Amino acid sequence: MKELMLGNKAIARGLYEAGVCFVSSYPGTPSTEITEEAVKYPEIYCEWAPNEKVAMESAFGASLAGRRSFCAQKHVGLNVAADPLFTMSYTGVNAGMVIVVADDAGMHSSQNEQDSRHYAIAAKVPMLEPSDSAEALVFTKLAYEISEQFDTPVLLKMCTRVAHSQSVVETGERTEHEKPYEKNIPKYVMMPGNAKKRHPLVEERTKKLQEYAETSPLNRVEMGGKALGIITASTSYQYVREVFGQEASVLKLGMTNPLPEKLIRDFAAQVERLVVVEELDPVIEQQVRAMGLEVSGRDMLPGIDEFSQNLIAKAFGKEVPAGAVLEDNIPPRPPVMCAGCPHRGLFYSLKKRGCTVLGDIGCYTLGAVQPLGAMEMTLCMGASISASHGFNKALGKEKAGKVVAVIGDSTFMHSGMTGLANVAYNQSPSTVIILDNSITGMTGHQQNPTTGLNIKGEPAGRIDLEALCRAMGFARVRVVDPYDLAACDKAIAEELAAEEASVIISRRPCALLKKVKHRPPLVVDKDKCIGCKSCMRVGCPALSMKEGKAAVDATLCVGCEVCSQLCPKKAFVSTGEKG
Amino acid sequence: METKNIIIVGVGGQGSLLASKILGDLLLREGYDVKVSEVHGMSQRGGSVITYVRFGDRVYSPVVDKGQADFIVSFELLETARHLPCLKEGGQIVTNTQQIDPMPVITGAAEYPEDLVEKIKAKGVKLDAMDCLSLAREAGSVKAVNIVLLGRLSHYFDIPEEKWQAVLTDNVPPKFLEINRKAFELGRNYQG
Repeated sequence: MKELMLGNKAIARGLYEAGVCFVSSYPGTPSTEITEEAVKYPEIYCEWAPNEKVAMESAFGASLAGRRSFCAQKHVGLNVAADPLFTMSYTGVNAGMVIVVADDAGMHSSQNEQDSRHYAIAAKVPMLEPSDSAEALVFTKLAYEISEQFDTPVLLKMCTRVAHSQSVVETGERTEHEKPYEKNIPKYVMMPGNAKKRHPLVEERTKKLQEYAETSPLNRVEMGGKALGIITASTSYQYVREVFGQEASVLKLGMTNPLPEKLIRDFAAQVERLVVVEELDPVIEQQVRAMGLEVSGRDMLPGIDEFSQNLIAKAFGKEVPAGAVLEDNIPPRPPVMCAGCPHRGLFYSLKKRGCTVLGDIGCYTLGAVQPLGAMEMTLCMGASISASHGFNKALGKEKAGKVVAVIGDSTFMHSGMTGLANVAYNQSPSTVIILDNSITGMTGHQQNPTTGLNIKGEPAGRIDLEALCRAMGFARVRVVDPYDLAACDKAIAEELAAEEASVIISRRPCALLKKVKHRPPLVVDKDKCIGCKSCMRVGCPALSMKEGKAAVDATLCVGCEVCSQLCPKKAFVSTGEKG
Repeated sequence: METKNIIIVGVGGQGSLLASKILGDLLLREGYDVKVSEVHGMSQRGGSVITYVRFGDRVYSPVVDKGQADFIVSFELLETARHLPCLKEGGQIVTNTQQIDPMPVITGAAEYPEDLVEKIKAKGVKLDAMDCLSLAREAGSVKAVNIVLLGRLSHYFDIPEEKWQAVLTDNVPPKFLEINRKAFELGRNYQG
């Protein structure tokens, strides 16, 4: 049956058809929907793991047990899971195992723009790159065959434009693939003596994979005009075909590691000029050049941001339309914390106290945006706590009483706990604030170990944050409601003044959760409002100034009353009974 | 057939994903090759969002570039202005006249430009502007702005109305179907 399908959903369909039994992932844009779609098939066990390393190791265990397994993550998630990946390359698999890594060229929702293809080369594992949803489905199934035939985990690389684009796919039936578990100490116990024997097998496997790549249907030549030959992969292939049609010849690579050297040489010999069109790093181009072939690419095309058809057309000297432009300055519309976001009140209190806030990855990173501007560092998952420990140790008493770490509940479970263990163990006077909004917010509401629910929303184990922090040795652990500005201010002042380390849990569910009942929207009593703009300091999208007075957008306001706590004239009035 | 391009623009959270899903389904049923490209994640938090819909005999790129859009469907006036360079020469804009202040305007760091409808028209652009929020409210829900816009867009297509209605029926929950049908009609038959 033909269907319009998101690239990520097509991968989930591929998992189903390939007979996959086990999926473990940590959410991350643009990979999240794969696992959310896979869980809709009762034949596949799916779970959210606390982080990508745990997810990958769990999937490895399922493969070892003899069931086809899978994990998905965004590019930076593979950094976290790199440790098991590199050694799984040595052990190989029992039942097939496929790993999706989803890159985010253009950084639509990421903190960097790293190119995951380097991981395939470094870990010596094969990598497939689909260029649309139909290929996402077919390549997923083929990846399991490659995994079992060559005894290797397989990386399936997505990018935002393939993951989050819908195109037409044809679906098929599921086939089961189960293998028995067999004890095999030399293969699966990677201590030096065994690993030394596995490494040569890895090198041999790469040679066999190179041979496979020469004739695999994953790589294909589409001959057109011979003046220009383009080697390309992933979404870049689509832009190239859009721009050149039959004008140029194309070598479309579906497998980007290892590369088919003979196929590339043959293609190069048939065209007058050879160009590689690839987003981010010149990974293919450098390997082609190392073959001694004359090739260009990065000298014409940028290594930053994503491509588009116009960008490529321009690079090849073609004319592109400019489009109409207004003379007016169009103000930007950056993302903002939602109306009623529980993080807002807490960040307001931190800003008021003049705190140096070391932040983390999540919706609350928006605390760095004006008018709050209340975050001074964001690096990677969990770094808020570890960095505040280092910051405090480095500056001693100089900055004491001013530095806080803020981290979300899901990010804390992902990799904040180990940083907190360091604070407890090496004893810095750090103040850690866990922003517990009872969900993984940024990626679109996934459950985590603190919510008490599993990926299906069914009751599950629940980790008690207060008990966990106390068990680590923190005597000062307290909970505040971030809608209560006075309580936030008091908690922050007291914990920063304390000489020992402390944890504040700022607890209120995300305002976008369906279970959260909103209070009626507020209105401004125009006779009372003096237009002092005190309320505007919290940066709420529901608030604006209209004719010198504050105004509330009733379609956005959820009645959190953070703004009204700042009003010196009590001009905000509720439009109904409080829920 | 040469590939046709539609972009749907608005503010994160306004419901553009449902509009693109309905449009994609309809065009697939009409026998076209279709690609729809969306943005998820951080920009959905009240930021400027854009969805691309492309259809034709064979569609390659999933995105629409500058000067390529046959239609711009916009949920908000500032976003219409922002994405004006995407419009193809002779292309058609269907826009809601609603204005939502972005954070730089809220904080006073920037001003919301005045008279955008007139300024865009002065560029010689075909602009169909309407207060979709009022029409959605008339249909029974302020959330039906997306379907009002879709109804208006349908006015420019050679596809029979019952086919649009059929796809609508398959894509919205039954309890909201009546509201959405009405919203579609109000958009389609709007007399500006």
